[in-house]
Amino acid sequence: MKMNTHKYMTINGEMTPIEGERNILEVIRKAGIELPTFCYHSELSIYGACRMCIVEDEKGNIMTSCSTPPKEGMVIKTNTTRLYKYRRQIIRMLLSSHCRECTTCSKNGECVLQSLAKRFGIDEVRFDKSEKAWKDEYPIDRSSKSIIKNPNKCIHCGDCVRMCAEVQNVGAIDFANRGWNLEVTPAFNDPLADTDCVGCGQCVAVCPTGALNVNNQINEAWEAINDEDLRTIIQVAPAVRVALGEMFGIADADKVMPLMVAALRKLGFDNIYDTSFSADLTVMEESAEFLRKLESGEELPLYTSCCPGWIKYAENRHPELMPLISTCKSPMQMFSSVVKEERKVNKEHMTDLRKPFVVAIMPCTAKKSEAAREEFMTDGEPDTDLVLTTEELGLMIKQAGIDFNELEPEAHDLPFGMYSGAGVIFGVTGGVAEAVIRRLVDDKSHNSFNNISFSGVRGLEGVKEVTVPYKGRDIKIAIVNGLKNVENLIKKIEAKEAEYHFVEVMACPNGCIGGGGQPRSDRDSRRKRSDALYSNDKLAEIRHSAANPFVTRVYKVIVRDDAKRLLHVHY
Amino acid sequence: MKIFVGQGSCGIASGAKKTAVRINEILKEKDLEIPVIPTGCIGICYLEPIVDIYEDDGKMIRYTGVKAEMAQEIIESHVINGKPLKKYMIPEEGEAFLAKQTRIVLENCGIINPEDIEEYIAKGGYTAMEKALKEMSREEICHEITESDLRGRGGGGFLAGRKWNQVREQKDPCKYVVCNADEGDPGAFMDRSVMEGDPHKMLEGMIIAGIATGACEGYIYVRAEYPLAVKRLQKAISDAEQKNFLGENILGTDFSFRIHINLGAGAFVCGEGSALTASIEGKRGMPRVKPPRTVEQGLFGKPTVLNNVETFANVPYIIGNSAEAFKKIGTAGNSGTKAFALTGNVVNTGLIEVPMGTRLKDIIFDIGGGVKDGKGFKAVQIGGPSGGCLTKRHLDLPLDFDSLEKEGAMIGSGGLVVMDEDTCMVSIARFFMDFTQKESCGKCVPCREGTHIMLELLDDITEARAGKDTVNNLLELADTIKNTALCGLGKTAPNPVISTISEFKEEYMAHVVDGVCPAGVCEAYKKIIINEEKCVGCGLCKKVCPVNAISGGSYKKAHVIDNNKCIKCKACLGVCKLDAISIA
Repeated sequence: MKMNTHKYMTINGEMTPIEGERNILEVIRKAGIELPTFCYHSELSIYGACRMCIVEDEKGNIMTSCSTPPKEGMVIKTNTTRLYKYRRQIIRMLLSSHCRECTTCSKNGECVLQSLAKRFGIDEVRFDKSEKAWKDEYPIDRSSKSIIKNPNKCIHCGDCVRMCAEVQNVGAIDFANRGWNLEVTPAFNDPLADTDCVGCGQCVAVCPTGALNVNNQINEAWEAINDEDLRTIIQVAPAVRVALGEMFGIADADKVMPLMVAALRKLGFDNIYDTSFSADLTVMEESAEFLRKLESGEELPLYTSCCPGWIKYAENRHPELMPLISTCKSPMQMFSSVVKEERKVNKEHMTDLRKPFVVAIMPCTAKKSEAAREEFMTDGEPDTDLVLTTEELGLMIKQAGIDFNELEPEAHDLPFGMYSGAGVIFGVTGGVAEAVIRRLVDDKSHNSFNNISFSGVRGLEGVKEVTVPYKGRDIKIAIVNGLKNVENLIKKIEAKEAEYHFVEVMACPNGCIGGGGQPRSDRDSRRKRSDALYSNDKLAEIRHSAANPFVTRVYKVIVRDDAKRLLHVHY
Repeated sequence: MKIFVGQGSCGIASGAKKTAVRINEILKEKDLEIPVIPTGCIGICYLEPIVDIYEDDGKMIRYTGVKAEMAQEIIESHVINGKPLKKYMIPEEGEAFLAKQTRIVLENCGIINPEDIEEYIAKGGYTAMEKALKEMSREEICHEITESDLRGRGGGGFLAGRKWNQVREQKDPCKYVVCNADEGDPGAFMDRSVMEGDPHKMLEGMIIAGIATGACEGYIYVRAEYPLAVKRLQKAISDAEQKNFLGENILGTDFSFRIHINLGAGAFVCGEGSALTASIEGKRGMPRVKPPRTVEQGLFGKPTVLNNVETFANVPYIIGNSAEAFKKIGTAGNSGTKAFALTGNVVNTGLIEVPMGTRLKDIIFDIGGGVKDGKGFKAVQIGGPSGGCLTKRHLDLPLDFDSLEKEGAMIGSGGLVVMDEDTCMVSIARFFMDFTQKESCGKCVPCREGTHIMLELLDDITEARAGKDTVNNLLELADTIKNTALCGLGKTAPNPVISTISEFKEEYMAHVVDGVCPAGVCEAYKKIIINEEKCVGCGLCKKVCPVNAISGGSYKKAHVIDNNKCIKCKACLGVCKLDAISIA
């Protein structure tokens, strides 16, 4: 028998190898046992508060598996009578003070508390003593355009608090009060809108219950669709197409786009366009701005401006960096400006002259706040009329009774539905930088572009560095996602420990594919989304933004000499 | 001649400051130059204010209960006329209270001026530190402490020396010594008395811990509700710095050590190690999961020795007199003494220090003088809200870590609340559960939700709403919380309920099944009785009853009360002119 160098532990009598896992929970899950948790997330620090992941060792000691490091020879059981009893008791305790109006809850069917109560067969409310929490004692905070906070449904797992502080470095919410009066709230109980919250929605993404929700605007979409006087225009962000399928059980994320187009038409939207198109515009403008700054010797790096969470973060924490941030509007806002401008300058060539109503389908909750910013108002009306998240679109499709899996694939409308591969990879960290690099290199061949992908620009790491030769000099590019990583990078640049010409920033972990408006995800599912975006790019006939024929036409017909007003912004 | 006036918090609360001021005035009037010196609490709190008059030959006469207006008489008779005043001298039981103790930690409390470092030095203070610094290696110090079997006095009873050694072995050059002075158990005040009465002793212990482990900084986490202790600690630290017992290159060696004071904002949970260090770091005081342990990653993520006040205060004795000498006190594996705060229905309340293993009986009846007002002994709550109750059958139990653990109780920080026969054990359990559920940080589910549910179930019992399964539900919840809560506070929170149910199940059942509170404490079980003989049917009570529970009554015919309707507002008792209404 070959000697094995692995260390082993015994789980329910079975030997299981220990392969560098941080804790025995990960070993147990690897062994195919899905221990229940409320407060464990592999990306966050270990908190150990929900006590659901308890295991028992051979001496009868009970410990939480999330906080116990695996050791050679450890013997544990995960499903003893005691553990089962305690887990049931813990769920009963949570239910004793939790709202039970499941049918009208935004997380109905997706709530972890609901599903664990079902899984553990809780069929009675043993302790219905708590006269407080579930009677809507706490006011619902609707101040944010992005996130609705309903403390009555909070189970105090602290996932949102850790996400906001550890991954996003924002710390807009934390625990207040003690014991049974514990509450997750902004400091001084301020409304969320008055805090440093950047609206990224990562708190919503980890919330196991209905305590944190995306500001649901589906009704406004239905109203617009059914308003005969409006021409409803859809723009779909790159990252949406690779995540929506998850809500309908579709494994091939790269095949979802044409089905989504078909669904959007069935929902009744008039024009189905793509934000990837305006991402191409962004590449054109941002590259030009970058080269101008580079050549004139102006202060660099140039920070990208696509991400509204990042813009808000910079405004809050680094106002000194605002002059370094690209003046380009985000692709979403460029799109809305251009589409609405078309009706003003190109009326004679248009058939549908109804008032345009732009609905942006975004992976992002911060976009809802971005659309409401006064910089993006024209004559008192928002350029982007409505922002829906990927999840909201999925819900609309379900509400409409559309059998997504049975749809015939359909293509976008022209002209704003035509995009290059460079525009579509905006949805993943490194995508914007890669698109700009494509613009910078002289060789625009497929092979040349494929080679760029191996330069270090791809991958889901929090921080990446790439050096690109340009006209005899080295252009140093940093690519960063997750605001904590951003903060660290800024500190490094400030301390002159690093120097860059160009910094691509995305607030959410792994970029827009991990956005707060996406279906629930983990590292694996985000990797799949990333792969699908790159596959969409590879299949694109046009792979760099300047080659998009409609980009050229838009400049000629719509933008003309008004790029500053239509495509740029000063915050 | 010198005059000492006890001015710990207990003395001051009894008026010692006024007494001291008055004594000074009289001495000034009489042109007598006799120093009046403040000292800490000697432990007989119920006899404060205490005034000790020392003759020049060292003979001391102790006066107790000295109010300001008694000062004149004492000074004139004793100081001026040389006739000690028998009537104000310490009563016999007070002497006995002190005589039956063994004092190491409290040895100087109430004897020296805590604000004068010279007095501490005169008592041999800081010699142990010098010995540790100049004559012993780090290993030897840790070895001596381990050999002494000194166990943490804060509750857990972990071997202090082993902890020190683990910190000593850590490679990190930056280490901390932290003193837990966040004494928060209801009815516990041992640490306060040490800090108020002999602050240098614990400082010396901390410095020795610093020498032994190679730490360069110490923190005292003391609750802000102890202002006098804080003031005296500040004075002690700055005096020790002046003497170079603290600061750079202590006593000419290359060892440097500083001590900082951190004020706690009154959260009980901050007595838990990881919550305490989080609080010092400026974070919310919430316990974290372990590992890593405090000895590996404690304060600011650095290896940390964390002991409480009493533990550190034992250290100078051990280093000064050897582990062997320390082990001669107490029982095997439980060496040394333990300070207890003796309170509740006991004749002599106060602070005592006895050898580990002293029998419960000896503490309550010999030192404490038995139960107050001649009532029967029912139980004693030991270890505060984390502990349990000991009953008559435990009277011969030696009080030490191991014996108590076997009985499902714990020394905790050392609170002893004596309860007489008129105490309702359900109400006692409810009191402690109310305390812990309020003090829960709220982090883990069992503690946050579970203790609250337990409190509501206990409310059901004391307010006569409980069902047959309430006691079982309590036990089931207690079992879950004990086994699944995150920190010590949560894990021990159900102890008062578990131990009162196991010792006094019949009392719980009397509430739930028979509808009676045997001790007559729970209001909801009380009945209003109208004495038919006395009642003349005047109608006054009927008129004031807000729930129309009183009926009947006409000329010379007694009223009738329906106790199911009655809300026990007692309005009827107030209006009855014939004393015909009573509560049972």
